[in-house]
Amino acid sequence: MIQIDNLNVKLPGFALREINISIKQGEFFILLGPTGAGKTVVLESAIGIIPIAKGCITINGKDVTQLPPEKRDMGIVYQDFALFPHLTVYNNITYGLRYRRINGKKPGKNLSFIIKRLSLEPLLQRSVLNLSGGEKQRVALARALAVDPSVLLLDEPLSALDPNFREDIREILKKLHVETGITVLMVTHDFTEAHFLAQRTAVINNGRIEQTGSIAEVFYQPSTPFVAEFVGMKNIFPAIFNGDTAKINSLTIHTNEDNNVSKQYVAIRPEHIRISKNKESVNRCNLFEGTVSKILNQGFYCDVSIKTKGIKFASIIPTNLMLNLNLEKGQKVNMWFNPVDVHVF
Amino acid sequence: MVAKKHIDPFIWLAASSSIIILSFILFPLIEMVVQPSFADLKEAITDKDVVASIRLSLYTSSMAALISFIFGTPFAYLLARKDFAGKKFIESIVDLPIMIPHPVIGIAILSIAGKNHWFGQIMYSIGIRIMGSVTGIIVVLTFVGLPFYINSVKAGFEAVPVRLEHVSRSLGASVTSSFFRVTFPLAWRSMVVGMIMCMARAVSEFGAVVIIAYHPMIAPVMIYERFTAYGLKYSQPVAVWLILVCLCLFFLLRIFSVKKKNLI
Repeated sequence: MIQIDNLNVKLPGFALREINISIKQGEFFILLGPTGAGKTVVLESAIGIIPIAKGCITINGKDVTQLPPEKRDMGIVYQDFALFPHLTVYNNITYGLRYRRINGKKPGKNLSFIIKRLSLEPLLQRSVLNLSGGEKQRVALARALAVDPSVLLLDEPLSALDPNFREDIREILKKLHVETGITVLMVTHDFTEAHFLAQRTAVINNGRIEQTGSIAEVFYQPSTPFVAEFVGMKNIFPAIFNGDTAKINSLTIHTNEDNNVSKQYVAIRPEHIRISKNKESVNRCNLFEGTVSKILNQGFYCDVSIKTKGIKFASIIPTNLMLNLNLEKGQKVNMWFNPVDVHVF
Repeated sequence: MVAKKHIDPFIWLAASSSIIILSFILFPLIEMVVQPSFADLKEAITDKDVVASIRLSLYTSSMAALISFIFGTPFAYLLARKDFAGKKFIESIVDLPIMIPHPVIGIAILSIAGKNHWFGQIMYSIGIRIMGSVTGIIVVLTFVGLPFYINSVKAGFEAVPVRLEHVSRSLGASVTSSFFRVTFPLAWRSMVVGMIMCMARAVSEFGAVVIIAYHPMIAPVMIYERFTAYGLKYSQPVAVWLILVCLCLFFLLRIFSVKKKNLI
């Protein structure tokens, strides 16, 4: 396991503040955040490349804060692969084995398994210069895993890959994690990767952790406006609460439960807002009449904005449904959403 | 009907400039090379003093390149990899020998190497003589050649992504192991180029050497001496041989400059 406590890092023009991450043995943890949030800085601080100003890093209970990277028992894989260009695939993979032998570990006990699992046998004697992106990332993974580190750090390992390779490597990562049981800390800004791989996740913004929790918690119960926006909530409004109702300006909406006074915002995912052209026969909760203010065709779906009582709601409608609705800008429509889909925080 | 090819006026300007510059460099040199007869050239190369001076030039400049390699490589690595207060100032100091007039370099070294200076006295006491010695020539040539080596190798180290070293360390290698197993194999070409540049610069040095060590005579000093004592006819063949040596050096430089595609 890896424990990062009160990590503070000062860099020119950027700082990490009070980063706390606790990853259990064998857990796949994903640190999500936009570009420039400090994701890579967290990884490089954890592995000892970037000096830290304050904080403590422990691996399996051992304080490694003052140790150099080579003594920390962590492996790192970068998005640009960082393969040694003067070495063959095999020499890249076996690069670290000689040092682990010195540390008294059995060198490369998993080597043949890793090479087989990553389908690298036919590539072993090739130069890394002529490999495809997917092959390069498989070599980088094999190289990091060959030395059997306690923690594997992955710095957006799928970002530089074509969509096809990305899917392959994602599958491989999942399988490898299950089969090796290694503890993984991966950073990414891709939700699909997070949903597919992560057991737990945290969202980082501007050098601070905004929220930590399960994927479901972070995506459906964001705790800050930034996280809500980052995970695609879109309809985020400050509100005044009274029991199970929330007042957004002059619009009163129903939520699913009684809310206490500490709550400040409501958020509704755009896919939870439904639209119809005809007056609903059923008396729905949270049913409002509004005007279509914008339609943006995104291919498989359309972004539709509806204005009601001066408040703009964003909705996502599948393109085939849009064809049936035959919506136009300026048209009067009915929109509604279930109280259970109103997230309060 | 064949379409008339339009050539942009800027291309004409570039081509004209290229011809002017190449003529400017080559015309005097070619003239100098073709003026001496074959007999003059043969006579010069069979002259023991000429051969000795060219050999000494090559030896001293090679030693300067070697010293630059030994001391300049770690320094260039430091400059390439670390950011620290005053780095720009230190880089300017490294470039100083390029800017200072060469006789001034000779005078500066002379001022500390003489018996009147404590440093010179220490050197004398441990048997190192700078004035009028091969050692003195090597010191001067190292002084003038070092910036060329350091700048070339620094650029070479900068071209090696620091992430490779980070990955190497994460795999268990120390800073030293990472340098010798990753950085050095990827930057050796820039070291060879740097040594050739340092050597090429050193082999052509005259102004500083003539102050520290007129004797033993390196090739540029011999050319100067023959010119002042006997005139153009006697200095030209020696100069031609020196130019040929320099040409070989720069040809090597170009060969080593060509990188293997996508290596870094």
